[in-house]
Amino acid sequence: MKNCGKSILSAAAAAACGLLATAWSEAADRVRFNRDIRPILSDNCFACHGPDAATRKARLRLDTREGLFADLSGDAVVAPGRPAASLVFQRVSTEDADDLMPPPKSGKILTPAQRETIRTWIEQGAKWEGHWAYLPLERPALPPVTNADWGHNPIDRFILAKIEQEGFAPAAEADRRTLIRRLSFDLAGLPPSPDETEAFVADPDPAAYERLVDRLLASPHFGERLALYWLDLVRYADTDGFHADNYRSVWPYRDYVIRAFNENKPFDQFTVEQLAGDLLPDATVETRVASTYNRLGRSTEEGGAQPKEYLLKYAADRVRSVGSVWLGSTTGCAECHDHKFDPYTMKDFYRLAAFFADVQEQGVGKREGSPVPTAAQSAELARLDDQLSRDEQALKTFTPGLRVAFAEWEQATLERLADEQPAWLPTEPASLTSSGGANLERQADGTILSSGANPPRDSYTVVLPARLPHLTALRLEVLTHPEFPNHGLGRGNGNIVLSEVTIALHRSGSDPVPVPIARAIADFSQNGWPIENVLDGKPETGWAVAGHEKPADHQAAFIFERPVAGDPDAELVLTLRHESAHERHNIGRFRVSLTGVEAPTLDPDALPADILAALQTASDARPPEQNAALESHFLAITPQLDEVRARLAATRQARKELEARIPTTLMTVAGEPRITRVLPRGNWMDESGEIVQPAPPEFLAEAPPGDRRQTRLELGRWLVSDDNPLTPRVFVNRLWRLFHGVGLSKNVTDFGAQGEWPRHPELLDWLAVEFRDSGWDVKHLVRLLVTSATYRQSSEAAAEVVRRDPYNRLHARQSRFRLGAEMIRDNALAVSGLLIEDIGGPSVKPYQPAGYWDQLNFPKRTWEADQGQALYRRGLYVFWCRTFLHPSLLSFDACTREEGSAERTPSNTPLQALTLLNDPIFVEAARVFAERILREGGDQPEARLAWAVRQTLGRAPHPAETGILIDLYQSERERYAADPEAAKALSSVGRAPASEDLPPVELAAWTEVARTLINLDETIVRN
Amino acid sequence: MNSLELLQHELNRRAFLGRTARGLGGLALASLLDPRLLRGETPPATDGPWPGVARPLHFPPRAKRAIWLYMAGGPSHLETFDPKPRLAELHGQPMPKSFTEGQQVAQLQGQELKCFAPQFAFQRCGQSGQQISTQFPQLGRIADDICIVRSMHTDQINHDTAHTVMNTGSSIAGRPSMGSWLLYGLGSESEDLPGFVVLISSGGGQDQPVAQRQWHSGFLPSRFQGVHFRSTGEAVSYLANPPGVGDSGQRRVIDAVNRLNALQRDRIHDPEIATRISQYEMAFRMQTSVPELMDLSQEPDHILDLYGTRGADGSFAANCLLARRMAERGVRFIQLYHRGWDHHGGIKKGIEIVSSHVDRGCAALLTDLKQRGMLEDTLVIWGGEFGRTPMAQGDGRDHHIKGFSMWLAGAGIKPGMTYGATDELGYNAVENPVHVNDLHATALRLFGIDHLRLTYRFQGRDFRLTDIAGRVVGDILA
Repeated sequence: MKNCGKSILSAAAAAACGLLATAWSEAADRVRFNRDIRPILSDNCFACHGPDAATRKARLRLDTREGLFADLSGDAVVAPGRPAASLVFQRVSTEDADDLMPPPKSGKILTPAQRETIRTWIEQGAKWEGHWAYLPLERPALPPVTNADWGHNPIDRFILAKIEQEGFAPAAEADRRTLIRRLSFDLAGLPPSPDETEAFVADPDPAAYERLVDRLLASPHFGERLALYWLDLVRYADTDGFHADNYRSVWPYRDYVIRAFNENKPFDQFTVEQLAGDLLPDATVETRVASTYNRLGRSTEEGGAQPKEYLLKYAADRVRSVGSVWLGSTTGCAECHDHKFDPYTMKDFYRLAAFFADVQEQGVGKREGSPVPTAAQSAELARLDDQLSRDEQALKTFTPGLRVAFAEWEQATLERLADEQPAWLPTEPASLTSSGGANLERQADGTILSSGANPPRDSYTVVLPARLPHLTALRLEVLTHPEFPNHGLGRGNGNIVLSEVTIALHRSGSDPVPVPIARAIADFSQNGWPIENVLDGKPETGWAVAGHEKPADHQAAFIFERPVAGDPDAELVLTLRHESAHERHNIGRFRVSLTGVEAPTLDPDALPADILAALQTASDARPPEQNAALESHFLAITPQLDEVRARLAATRQARKELEARIPTTLMTVAGEPRITRVLPRGNWMDESGEIVQPAPPEFLAEAPPGDRRQTRLELGRWLVSDDNPLTPRVFVNRLWRLFHGVGLSKNVTDFGAQGEWPRHPELLDWLAVEFRDSGWDVKHLVRLLVTSATYRQSSEAAAEVVRRDPYNRLHARQSRFRLGAEMIRDNALAVSGLLIEDIGGPSVKPYQPAGYWDQLNFPKRTWEADQGQALYRRGLYVFWCRTFLHPSLLSFDACTREEGSAERTPSNTPLQALTLLNDPIFVEAARVFAERILREGGDQPEARLAWAVRQTLGRAPHPAETGILIDLYQSERERYAADPEAAKALSSVGRAPASEDLPPVELAAWTEVARTLINLDETIVRN
Repeated sequence: MNSLELLQHELNRRAFLGRTARGLGGLALASLLDPRLLRGETPPATDGPWPGVARPLHFPPRAKRAIWLYMAGGPSHLETFDPKPRLAELHGQPMPKSFTEGQQVAQLQGQELKCFAPQFAFQRCGQSGQQISTQFPQLGRIADDICIVRSMHTDQINHDTAHTVMNTGSSIAGRPSMGSWLLYGLGSESEDLPGFVVLISSGGGQDQPVAQRQWHSGFLPSRFQGVHFRSTGEAVSYLANPPGVGDSGQRRVIDAVNRLNALQRDRIHDPEIATRISQYEMAFRMQTSVPELMDLSQEPDHILDLYGTRGADGSFAANCLLARRMAERGVRFIQLYHRGWDHHGGIKKGIEIVSSHVDRGCAALLTDLKQRGMLEDTLVIWGGEFGRTPMAQGDGRDHHIKGFSMWLAGAGIKPGMTYGATDELGYNAVENPVHVNDLHATALRLFGIDHLRLTYRFQGRDFRLTDIAGRVVGDILA
């Protein structure tokens, strides 16, 4: 593999010079390997004679130079100049069905033309070329053109040269109305206002166009426009995608992307921050937010999912994503086998995956994000933390005054105790078991602590020696622990739910007999979770103590119906069941005591058992830990510190409230890297594969020197290094597609052998070099693209041009294509005046049909549309639910973002018509638009109509259009005049306040006209 | 395919010569042969119905349409179609390690694995003597019409990914579902209803979520997406006219839109405009045809009684009747989900409930199709994303992928037979195993399609419904 990789690179470098220097002057009939031959071989031969070593037949490979020109038992695979002596040509052209390649059963057939192309190529000398996309980047010379007057920048030279070769001429420059509309959608995703259009049309400045471009590049909507595209690539969404598809907060990442494009963050920096913003030496909140990129993939909370399997799914998803976003490669193919068409090996796949092995995450379960505070919030947090630490210190510090008080308290307590009988006897269990596999271990202080597994449901069995001759009750203390969540009492969320308690008496030699419990008492029960529940025989009810909110030690006692007579061999078997719907609410730490007193109670002032024990030990005989326990108990109860404690509680509360206001995002948090193995056939259960270390694909990069483990930081830096020609090629091609409807290489997702050799390879390379050498300046690149004469052409062209170049690959005209789903929404809102142009923030929920989320579960949920301005935000901010994407976005081909996507496949369906006609947001937009028509459009129907058409399309209506729309207005006015209730009903759609002062019949009739305008093909198309 | 490509190219040129798409007799042909399709580009605009790319068909077709009774959650084969007396004998005893060692489990991870007896008796039904659980008496009556496959197996053990395999042939999101492939290959026979419709009902267990991905067109154009008809309320999103508009107002708006678009079409060279005009017409037709379809009040009493429903109430039975109405109206692929089959606990009670939801409807649908002569060209599939373990999970069963049951009927499927078998405990499919990809290959074959030849190029690869596998199960074809 390694040799193969090197040969591609070195041969590539050699081929590159020749290729690039001569490409434009080459005779059209010369067969080119990259353009003409590799696609034939890749499509028809590589599956068996390509990169995948496992399925390679006859030891023949046609994807490398060595393979193609090899000698196979005395026969040349390709003999330059001699087709008849070349195995390849022999086998594809033989009449013998047994020898014919590709074999008929493969279903692949070479056309006579393809065979002829292969023959010609061999005849012409069989000149080989390295795969274009992997060749080192070099800036090609500008080609000569005849019409030297045409064009504004080097882009135009490349384009014009090809147009002239075909005997065409470029289309005329589009008119200014078209240009400003095109530019506004392309750079801001929004239509120009009519005023902007008129000003631009009337602007005598020859540089008006360039000024317009600069204004749009400086607009905050530019970042939104590019984010719209980037978010598809990186599969950004508001839900986690698998099964229950619950919400997770990642919108700060979306806002980071918008900011990055608006601030013109260099693309190399943008890249590194997303992959490794957490690892940067000077990492900031901003770069850590960027690192959310690594966590945008889908994740599951499904019960019964295997963490290991899903961690590997997430790893594979990341490899696919990096491959598609930066490398334009279908790396996913190499998860189970070496790539069939491209030089990616399985090992490459898993080495790429290993870069992300340090990303800390659980395989299954809900994900909690990291806070993204503003500067002010950070300052406030620091202030509160400072206050907290001072007060916490005060609670631990003995002042001289406290020292005196302590001595007094000790004395007084001892005196009080002397008068009392110790009621409860802490009892050490003889054995402990957990049905769910938790470890229950006795601690030095006599408590029992759980660790290890914390299963959804668990049942503890505690066997206690019952030596006392007279036992009347059992006490259970449930205790907090600093390492439990929320400092609580259990390892779930800090709260516990004890569903059932049973006690049995076990005498040696006989079966255990139940000890009937007369009643249960507790010092505290959470509302709705009384202690009595533990005796009701229902697993779904239980005793809880709000340990997630108000963590504190609590106790309960179970008073026996009749005293139990213990003996030295008897045991009490206590069963504590946790079987409610609240999973993992198992008791985390506890202690059991027994008593023989006649009327046992839980004295709230009673001392904890360990404190009692310490007090009863003479002070000079106390071990240090007893002293420490005693002192901290005193500090916790002494009234002298009440004020500090109150302030502490208030500060904690304030901090909690502040935290709740701070947004979170799933930043990358690095940790000990998991081991990454090659998984044979992608099978996660197979651990026989080789362990691999992070590295870029071997055919693209030298193995990193030394033993030090490579990190995501190095991956990011390599992606934008001079050594990797793919990133700039891929990105400029995609931007080209954004502004022309089709890429220079049409396949914007795949720059491998199955991709398309670019129609303008020199231009693609020129742009890639220009982009890289400009310091990865995205706005520079965009400006270059949109100020070219190529971009500024009309989308209308001579019929002959359209006939001969139906897919506009020559760019002898602009393209006409439908707006994206979000822009269709934004445009209608902008035209009507409803659009709220705020940038960023949590995602919003516009109207959605009732019941649309009915098929979601765990938990069931309903979509509650937002109120007020949030309803009219741009489509970019609409809540992106992966398994049930908003129906109007879905019908206009928005992708679900379960996987990344470099282009949306456009379609043209009746559901789109229904959406524009009937979705309340479009009806409401039409109504509000109609209000403006009535208020701002003049007095006469014709004037109003002209105004409305200008608002929508940026141009005056044609007479025929006026006729159709005036007819509609009049017929609708008549209809509504006869049915005023209907007029009122139409005006009631949507939450925007209705206009009481406008005549309802007029308003309804104009709403119908406005709906018509919003539904026009021209309205939702950019040309 | 490559010889076709030349022809296509020529046809395509002619298509582009015309100013309007409507005037071109050859356009439909041109588009179905468009080379862009083979290269995975957007199919060109046409203003007629999509004719499908699999023309001519690769084989004489037996099926014109399919109805998939999709039991979501993972129906237990051991309580439905796969009797296991030996499992009953071993009830409560440890599951032999020879079955389970090294195998995946879902929620039983880390737990002791014990045999769990089948919860219902089985009876031999019909002349064929097929064995069916007594919980499904109505299905028992049509036993001679169905072919039970007891040797299904799949790849993914969790609901979400297993559904994705069952519908798209792969666990990776983004692939087209079977209905989308059929529309792409064959087109729709209905001009005023979508060609791929999904209906969903629930109850009887912890209702599993079902993602839109299951009927998504993936990388195929979204015109091939399934459309989810909600069985109560508005069936299709945005189907109803806005308040105060009415049919006549809506018609006038659409007329105005189409006339204005026609002016634009005559000015500008873009076939998409003609398509948009026709899509507005279809949208308008749907506004009538969908409510008409969903209105069961025209069905006679004996039919309502047969299904056991009184109206379109969202029940599975009502959805079965709607499925028949869609089949009559030319809908190509109909999927009826019932979400109540995830029985980790209380499987006995759960199956009692869910069988009461689906048993009569399924049998009625088959009976009804048969009496109308439609069963012979309607493929009916019954089954879910996986089966359930022979091992106990409390008083339920966990997910199981190594062996489970489905049944098929109609359209060239051999009736009255049982195919394949699991081992004596119902764990592994040991005789004639049928993978999901095989099921898909077989279904496509019934539609006259060679599963290897219905492909779509995406990201440089020719994808198909059967991913990289699939084998037609010839033994179950009549």
